[in-house]
Amino acid sequence: MAHYQPPKQGKASQLIDVVVLVVLTVGALFVPLWLNMAGAAKSVTNPATAATWEALGQTPAQAAKYEALGYTPETAHDLILARFDYSFSVGALVTMIAVILLYYFLILRFSEVEYREVISEKFGE
Amino acid sequence: MADVDITSQTMDGMGPHGTKVGLLRVLGPAHVWALGVGIVLVGEYMGWNFAVGKGGAYAALIACWFAGILYSCVAMIDSEVTSTVASAGGQYTQAKHIIGPLMAFNVGLYLVFAYTMLEAANAITAGYLFSVVAQMTGHAGELDQRPFIILVIMFLAWLNYRGVLATLTFNLVITAVAFLAIIVLFLSTSGILGGGIMDHAALFEGHELPYGWIGVLAAMHFGLWYYLGIEGTTQAAEEVRSPARALPFGTLAGIMTLLIAATLTWYVCSGVLPWEFLGDGVNGSVAPLFDTARLSGSNALVWLLGFGTLFATLASANGCINDASRAWFAMGRDKYLPGWFGAVHPRYRTPYRAIVFLVPIALIFALGAPLDQVITFSILSGLLGYTFMPLNIILFRRKWPLETIKRGYEHPFHPIPAITLLTLCGVTFFAVFLGYGTQLVAMIGFYIVVSLWFHFWRYRFVNRGAQFTMPWPKPRGY
Repeated sequence: MAHYQPPKQGKASQLIDVVVLVVLTVGALFVPLWLNMAGAAKSVTNPATAATWEALGQTPAQAAKYEALGYTPETAHDLILARFDYSFSVGALVTMIAVILLYYFLILRFSEVEYREVISEKFGE
Repeated sequence: MADVDITSQTMDGMGPHGTKVGLLRVLGPAHVWALGVGIVLVGEYMGWNFAVGKGGAYAALIACWFAGILYSCVAMIDSEVTSTVASAGGQYTQAKHIIGPLMAFNVGLYLVFAYTMLEAANAITAGYLFSVVAQMTGHAGELDQRPFIILVIMFLAWLNYRGVLATLTFNLVITAVAFLAIIVLFLSTSGILGGGIMDHAALFEGHELPYGWIGVLAAMHFGLWYYLGIEGTTQAAEEVRSPARALPFGTLAGIMTLLIAATLTWYVCSGVLPWEFLGDGVNGSVAPLFDTARLSGSNALVWLLGFGTLFATLASANGCINDASRAWFAMGRDKYLPGWFGAVHPRYRTPYRAIVFLVPIALIFALGAPLDQVITFSILSGLLGYTFMPLNIILFRRKWPLETIKRGYEHPFHPIPAITLLTLCGVTFFAVFLGYGTQLVAMIGFYIVVSLWFHFWRYRFVNRGAQFTMPWPKPRGY
């Protein structure tokens, strides 16, 4: 196999490559935050009817710990009652599985093509 | 067997990269332990408690142990492969030699993002800790945490810039102190030394599994945080004196240390703090071991765990800078990234350009994103990396069976650890989906886009045969 000679990359081109990577990275991580699609927020769906530890579902021993931490039933209300919502649609789950499988299929397929080229050049045909 | 022996004292396994100056081989097994445990131990000081919020205290314990199994598999698999791949870049270099360039590029990015996000999370926690200390010592009003976040990252980057031996010796000392602080807290609050303050039964009453079993699955997401980063020991491969011995020893000793620390941490904190407070790492307990010490009534414990928390965050951020920069450097050296990053400092023998470049990236996330989101970004990158590992070891054993390359360590029961690891990764993907599905899809979308960018553009600058640098025989099947 002919020995592959990579082209020499200019400084400007190197700089552009770095900028592209950084922009993609920041975008992938911050866009869901900016669009308020980050998820995982807790909410209080069943507020307590009275501002007491009993109404918050706390035993005397548990209430004593909260008081030692400096909380009152009023200040601890949201902390104690906020819950995650774990409901999901099957369609969303299937989409996520498909995306993950597609991703691994893509990189393993392309990697194999590149790898054969590497081995061929390193060890000869 | 081919004439390939990575355990030889005279052949270190470094390949011909064409660099005039190499990284310095000065580290021993204790430094490897300090690198691995140092990165991870902060996970016991903050972050793991989000698992309590996800499913309750029992769910966090189950997640702790299943994540422990996951990471034991990671440590065993990693120890075998890395004992033969004595080169900077860790799993990136493994992937390059075993699976192929595009996989390696992705793995390199997983490593850089997992460690850089973890570094950002550490800096956020350090900033929080300084604000708490300011309040406790009489400061009125809210302390601006940003200068402390910037200072932590800049100081540790400077330390890394100046040399790896001082960096990891520093890590060894502060990690040991942070680990001992957990032991002292356990002994002091459990009743072994003096009066105990734990009351698990009373605190769990009526809240055993607040979300049912789906909460246990959801807790696996943050269960990873107990151990995330132990795989970073492999990044030291090019700087240890005896890679075949030091890397498996340091990694396996590290995971054993962490299994003990994680279980003790859960036991201590869940027996003192109510689960709703413990499980809310933003509005409730940001630093649960420190909060537990505050409830102990002992000023000595408060100061010890305060320093423990600070030391753990510094050790972790320090190790993360070390590891992320090695992965970035290794990719630059192979031209997977611009070759400018593949330079070694002529005097300090460190990958200084990679170290400096990653500082502003860490700052962007430390100053611009909330803690749980930063942790999630780190976990997602780590999870993608763990999913790669079973494929890596299966292909490694297939392409180079045991009789073809002498390993410094051979992990037992193959392929059971690989299958177990893959299964637990699947469970954790589902756990992440339950709360952070959008980030998961966004992040995988990112990796698909950069993979196409690499394959169709960037890879043209890579020298094909020269990137295979290990002195191994030709793989079987090629």
